[in-house]
Amino acid sequence: MIYKVIVFLPLISALLAGFFGSKLGDKFAQFVTVSGLVISAILSWYAFITVGLMGGDMQSVTVLSWIVSGDFNVNWAFRIDTLTVVMLVVVNTVSSLVHIYSIGYMSHDPHKARFMSYLSLFTFAMLMLVTSDNFIQMFFGWEGVGLASYLLIGFWYKKPSACAAAIKAFVVNRVGDFGFALGIFAIFMTFGSAEFSEVFARVGEFEGKNIHFLGMEFDLITTIALLLFVGAMGKSAQIGLHTWLPDAMEGPTPVSALIHAATMVTAGVFMVARCSPIFEYSAYAMNVVAIVGATTAIFAATVGTSQNDIKRVVAYSTCSQLGYMFFALGVGAYGAAIFHLFTHAFFKALLFLGAGSVIHASSDEQDMRKMGGLWKKIPLTFTAMMIGTLALTGFPYLSGYFSKDMIIESAYAAAHIIDAKGQLIMNANTSGANYAFWMGIFAALLTSFYSWRLIFMTFFGRSRASQKVQDHVHESPQIMLVPLYALSIGALAAGGYFASSFVGEHYDEFWREALFLKGENIMEAAHHVPGWVVASPFVAMVTGFLISLYCYIINPALPAKFTSTFKYLYNFCYHKWYFDEIYDFLFVRPALSLGRFFWKVGDENGIDKYGPNGVVALVGAIAQKFKALQSGYIYHYAFAMLIGVALFVTYFVTYSNGGGN
Amino acid sequence: MEHLPVLSIITFMPLVGVILILMINADNLKNIRNTALLTTTATFIFSVFILWFGFDQTVADFQFVEKTSWLGENISYHMGVDGISVLFVLLTTFLMPLVILTGWNTIKHRLKEYMIAFLILETFMIGVFCSLDIVLFYVFFEAGLIPMFMIIGVWGGANRVYASYKLFLYTLLGSVLLLLGLLYMYFTAGTTDIPALMDYNFTPEAQMWLWFGFFASFAVKVPMWPVHTWLPDAHVQAPTAGSVILAGILLKMGGYGFLRFSLPMFPVASYEFAEFIFVLSCIAVVYTSLVALVQKDMKKLIAYSSVAHMGFVTLGIFAFNIQGIEGSIITMLAHGFVASALFLCVGVIYDRLHTREISRYGGLVQNMPKYALVFMFFTMASVGLPGTANFVGEVLVLAGLFKVSSFAAFFALTGVILGAAYMLYLYRRVVFGALTKDDVKAMLDMDKREILIFTPLVICTLWMGIYPTSFLDFMHVSVENLITNFNASIDAYQLTLTGDK
Repeated sequence: MIYKVIVFLPLISALLAGFFGSKLGDKFAQFVTVSGLVISAILSWYAFITVGLMGGDMQSVTVLSWIVSGDFNVNWAFRIDTLTVVMLVVVNTVSSLVHIYSIGYMSHDPHKARFMSYLSLFTFAMLMLVTSDNFIQMFFGWEGVGLASYLLIGFWYKKPSACAAAIKAFVVNRVGDFGFALGIFAIFMTFGSAEFSEVFARVGEFEGKNIHFLGMEFDLITTIALLLFVGAMGKSAQIGLHTWLPDAMEGPTPVSALIHAATMVTAGVFMVARCSPIFEYSAYAMNVVAIVGATTAIFAATVGTSQNDIKRVVAYSTCSQLGYMFFALGVGAYGAAIFHLFTHAFFKALLFLGAGSVIHASSDEQDMRKMGGLWKKIPLTFTAMMIGTLALTGFPYLSGYFSKDMIIESAYAAAHIIDAKGQLIMNANTSGANYAFWMGIFAALLTSFYSWRLIFMTFFGRSRASQKVQDHVHESPQIMLVPLYALSIGALAAGGYFASSFVGEHYDEFWREALFLKGENIMEAAHHVPGWVVASPFVAMVTGFLISLYCYIINPALPAKFTSTFKYLYNFCYHKWYFDEIYDFLFVRPALSLGRFFWKVGDENGIDKYGPNGVVALVGAIAQKFKALQSGYIYHYAFAMLIGVALFVTYFVTYSNGGGN
Repeated sequence: MEHLPVLSIITFMPLVGVILILMINADNLKNIRNTALLTTTATFIFSVFILWFGFDQTVADFQFVEKTSWLGENISYHMGVDGISVLFVLLTTFLMPLVILTGWNTIKHRLKEYMIAFLILETFMIGVFCSLDIVLFYVFFEAGLIPMFMIIGVWGGANRVYASYKLFLYTLLGSVLLLLGLLYMYFTAGTTDIPALMDYNFTPEAQMWLWFGFFASFAVKVPMWPVHTWLPDAHVQAPTAGSVILAGILLKMGGYGFLRFSLPMFPVASYEFAEFIFVLSCIAVVYTSLVALVQKDMKKLIAYSSVAHMGFVTLGIFAFNIQGIEGSIITMLAHGFVASALFLCVGVIYDRLHTREISRYGGLVQNMPKYALVFMFFTMASVGLPGTANFVGEVLVLAGLFKVSSFAAFFALTGVILGAAYMLYLYRRVVFGALTKDDVKAMLDMDKREILIFTPLVICTLWMGIYPTSFLDFMHVSVENLITNFNASIDAYQLTLTGDK
């Protein structure tokens, strides 16, 4: 019952706000959505404590039967285990805070009720995703969050850029869903079921089996895992399918905080963790996950260093941190990945909402080149952003320190598994893990660099804004600051408080059957890595900070000099490695020209010309020849029919005679 | 005990309306409209009582059977429904009142004939789905074209003659071959009774030819690539109500034909030609989706998207398993709601601005928020968002198809990506953006009549998306029966093949 309330309350408030918001007013819409979400959030924490911390049993709650056709049997149902309740807490906590924040942030917008309704609708879809007990309902939530994301990115529909970004987000995600869907169908074909419990219980039986896919033989489990991973890459903006995420910043900032930082984009991480029983049986797929994750981490970090839009910097940072989560999954440190998802939700939502507060304060300006010196004028926002930045860069004993360092240490440990004789074991995963470890260290340096760059450009130095904007700078109202305080607590303490459960000595009793491990727990080994490994993320962080300090405070002329000297490198980063341009050239233009080709040449000049129009012309010509001159359509039809009948009767007679003899 | 001939009553009830309308003065528009609406509504209510509540879901055989001799000994008036056809009858009677309401205010020219054409059309369409004699089927199947032809030709757009001629020519091609096949069957099997023909085993060679003859007719109706080019023109030129009927019901006759004739009567040929169908359907999905992407005319875009959706239907049918076939039936029903609604959405703004050109619109969300919501709902339904009817159909089709051919599933799924692209791009150009043009600014939001039309469609789309069990339960037994018989025939055929060697 409690779980039904948690999941469906946001839906009910979304519907109430959406349909009655215009009649009963914005206050009503805000009240129902916020109160719905706060109740859901409180119940989620209760669920987290009972199921996660106190070891309540895994539960399965069936709501309604859904699609039944032969052995295809899917219900609307919840699977409640530790992984679910962790996600419930993340989603509902951040969502309720973002709801509250939005009351202030959207106070000048004429469509408040619609906005609140969309936010709640998103939350409902996300909850359906994380509570699902089968792949089909997960796909429902998966597409549902895509819909809400589309609606919210395009919320300011008058802006062409916002509309374009909304479509891009939906379509690029569909590319990922393409893989996800194929994966689901492969699962159904193999296991005859789409339910998690049935599928996961039998993965072992299919180890080493092959699947005939697209005319070739592949390893079955690897194929399934990689197809699912394509879906995860789309939703979680991994390299190749990441292009929608930066553009999604066209949406209002609370949306960025909720959907594009804390919850929806982590759905891919959640999915892979949920499917750990499948991925664990494919070392190859795990390796791919690790390499893609590590590459994304470094790629997004390099791009992040060159962006000037405050939200885009944070967006690339999100992309990069998602990369960390994936390579953690890839090396088998599921707990660490989910732990980073958990802490990241707090500090990244904090950074986004803080950035929103900065934008709000400086008259909707997002370009950091037109900011500067803001810390005195908006000290509370500044403090919040400092906490977020310290947590993100992994400052000791803040949230990010526990989760990110754990990921890097796990990668090292996975690359250096030692057998009983003290020999280094080289297996399929070693290369990926080693790569991930070094990329993780380097990305940590860049993370620290761009995060401090953001802080320095925004809050320090002389103000570069116009006088009018400067005069108007003001601290945000309490309704926007309270969520910042709450998230700050999370960013400060969530890591230290929960580390032992998520990744430490209480790992087993916390996760139990929610996460599956085929072999040894890599995080066990991660606690015993050499000292230099433990120290390296810290060293990277300090180095990044110092470079940033030198470039943007001590010698502010340097970045300009650097960009003109290394123009190509800078342009490469600034233009996001030219992904958009390449995709436009490879996919968008060919699709459109193919469409035009099929339409004009295929349909009109091909099928029509030689088909119906051709028949008329032919009949006309023959009619002319026979001098049977009545023209007019009916005559043509009759004639065509006659010829047709004659031809086929002849053919049939010949054929049946031949057959008869 | 003799029971009432309920199927005949449902089928011919609209003709009662025709007689009543004939007695009304052509100037009395109000009475004509009311009579038409009343007749179709009464037919719908009656069919729901009889078919939705009275249909026995545990029986695979035909129900509500009526049989009297008709043309000689071997051709009889034989009616009946099973789990495959019953929902199509209901879809037809459900859509008709909405169709009547669609032309309520916009049609002023020859209203009397207009309503009569639609009522006659309803009789023919119901007749197609209820016929259990192939001659009877053929009569309804072909006769339905005449009112459709007239609806396009009389109440259509500027280029209506070309469109109706194209429609006629394509269908003629199919009809001739279908008729030939029918004659051959009559002379070989000595009967035109559908259940009897299902039990008759045609030789594999005969099956190949017959299959092809029937295929020609059904492929045009579906329509499958490359015989689809009549559809965009027909849709563009047809009045809104005509498009709704065309997309909602007439297209379903092709898929229904495959299920009623090709699979049960020519199983071996269907089996042998399955890959051929896969290839055509995959081409249809990719090709028409790409063409839809570059359309400038709203109706054309949706017409091309219909062809792509129908590609899923044929893929599902020829997967020969329960998910594929049930999925294709659900897809057809879902398309009946969603494509109809999308054509109605076009109709709503066409009635106001009298153009289908996409670039003439923009920013409608500001002055037509209710319309924007409805259009968004059906856009998302068309894209196959989970929770709507299309998703259930597509997921079942693909689940069934993947077992048979991962290639076909792969190509069909690309249609899902492209579908999102062209529908959202359409929506953006019409509804989003800035409201700049003066005549667009002056457009009013939907009125009560329009909301009344859309409400049942929204409800059904959601119902079928969230709880499709209500619909699937109708078809399980009949579809399982179809597959069992099909597999038995294929097994026997393969045994003879190996026996020959």
